[in-house]
Amino acid sequence: MNTLINIEDVHKSFGSNYVLRGANLKIIKGESVVILGGSGSGKSVLLKHIIGLLMPDKGTVTVAGSDLSKLDENDLNELRKKFGMLFQAAALFDSMSVWENVGFGLKRHTKFSDKEIKEIAVEKLRHVGLTGIEDRMPSDLSGGMRKRVGLARAIAMEPEILLYDEPTTGLDPIMADAINDLIIEMREKLKITSVAITHDIKSAYKIADRIAMLYNGEIIETGSPDNIRNTLNPIVKQFVEGSAVGPIVIEGLKR
Amino acid sequence: MFIIKAIEFIGTVFKDPIEETGRILLLFYSTIKWLFRPPFELKNTTKQMVEIGINSLPVVLITAVFTGMVLALQSYTGFKRFGAESLVGSVVALSMTRELGPVLTALIVTGRAGAAMAAELGTMRVTEQIEALETLATNPVKYLVVPRFISGTIMLPCLAVIADIIGIIGGYFVTVIVFGTSPNLYMKMTWDHLEMNDIYHGLIKAGVFGAILSLISCYKGFYTKGGAEGVGKATTGAVVISSMAILISDYFLSAWLFK
Repeated sequence: MNTLINIEDVHKSFGSNYVLRGANLKIIKGESVVILGGSGSGKSVLLKHIIGLLMPDKGTVTVAGSDLSKLDENDLNELRKKFGMLFQAAALFDSMSVWENVGFGLKRHTKFSDKEIKEIAVEKLRHVGLTGIEDRMPSDLSGGMRKRVGLARAIAMEPEILLYDEPTTGLDPIMADAINDLIIEMREKLKITSVAITHDIKSAYKIADRIAMLYNGEIIETGSPDNIRNTLNPIVKQFVEGSAVGPIVIEGLKR
Repeated sequence: MFIIKAIEFIGTVFKDPIEETGRILLLFYSTIKWLFRPPFELKNTTKQMVEIGINSLPVVLITAVFTGMVLALQSYTGFKRFGAESLVGSVVALSMTRELGPVLTALIVTGRAGAAMAAELGTMRVTEQIEALETLATNPVKYLVVPRFISGTIMLPCLAVIADIIGIIGGYFVTVIVFGTSPNLYMKMTWDHLEMNDIYHGLIKAGVFGAILSLISCYKGFYTKGGAEGVGKATTGAVVISSMAILISDYFLSAWLFK
């Protein structure tokens, strides 16, 4: 098996907040992994480690054979060109038009002219189901459209790995499902390895080849959607069934 | 026990400012490091120069002309008591070039452009746009901080020299038109006691203030935490800390330059 991303015993704390406590996860080239976890379980933190936005206090994150914490700034940036990332609220640059957002990476890292970049941007936007909005500003778009533009930006440089930070959060169920379909399409058409974090079980079942459950800073179980659905682990079971009663300690709630 | 409590107290009071100073210096270091590495962010730098320089011009002009006028008014009526009205031209020229031109320009630009920098970068931070830049293999210090730092450092002296001239014209207006002093005397007193070094040193100060205000404002924005409230705090902090740093460094720079 061809391991593309290897997260090994990653620990991370912020001040007195011990978020990751020895997380382990291997991601194979071409697969679609969903990391499930509750709010505040550290899944965003884990995702940010994969692209080197955060570095582990202890442990290693290896992508395509290179240990991220050992790379200098230039090599890290080279490696990041293999990634595309869709942020939770899309994180579009609000000072730029839609096509400039989509073409940002191309503008900076290729020699294409503005005209060519705009053509590519329009093409990528069509890919995510958007037409005729390339000259609008991000502030004029709805939440669902912004996410699509964010996805177009993430795929503009033809990445090998796509990271999704809560792709369906904050969208209505129909738009959320449309985004799920897009994620599946990205994987099937573009053969991209994808890692998504979410607490949306429905979305996870739909887009994942493999689901990993993050609890208390550790990956406590991984398996196919079917395995997870029929899990015997009480914590995972409680989470996928969405019950407030069970072994999971809910922060700030006394029983 | 009392001693331990006292040390603890001193520690809690000084921990944050010292940590913050350290982080500002680290940002300064990485700004300088990226300053000389191509490719240069020409488009961003031009945009910031317009924002800091051209767009601040109206407020700087109004501030400078009224400062020159009030300087002339106060020194004329004050100096009249001992018959030294003829010195007004010199007082205005020296005060404007050595002190008020650079300092007031820097404070005004802090309130305008510094606050805008902190708010813009702060919003970019809390909406994850700065992280998005990194995922697009773009160093945010190089892309966001360096252009603002360059523009601040270059545009402040330009604005200060305009403030100097406009302030002297304001002083001329009050002394000559309002109080009826001879125009020749005002200009003679302006030129006789003004040395080129007064102007140069004032402009060096302005350049340093520009560097300070852009660095601190970018720092505050860059490390914003906690949503809309955080952006508000970062903006206020940028203006307050930059203004204090400008006034404190002004004393030491003046002591050094105008020995």
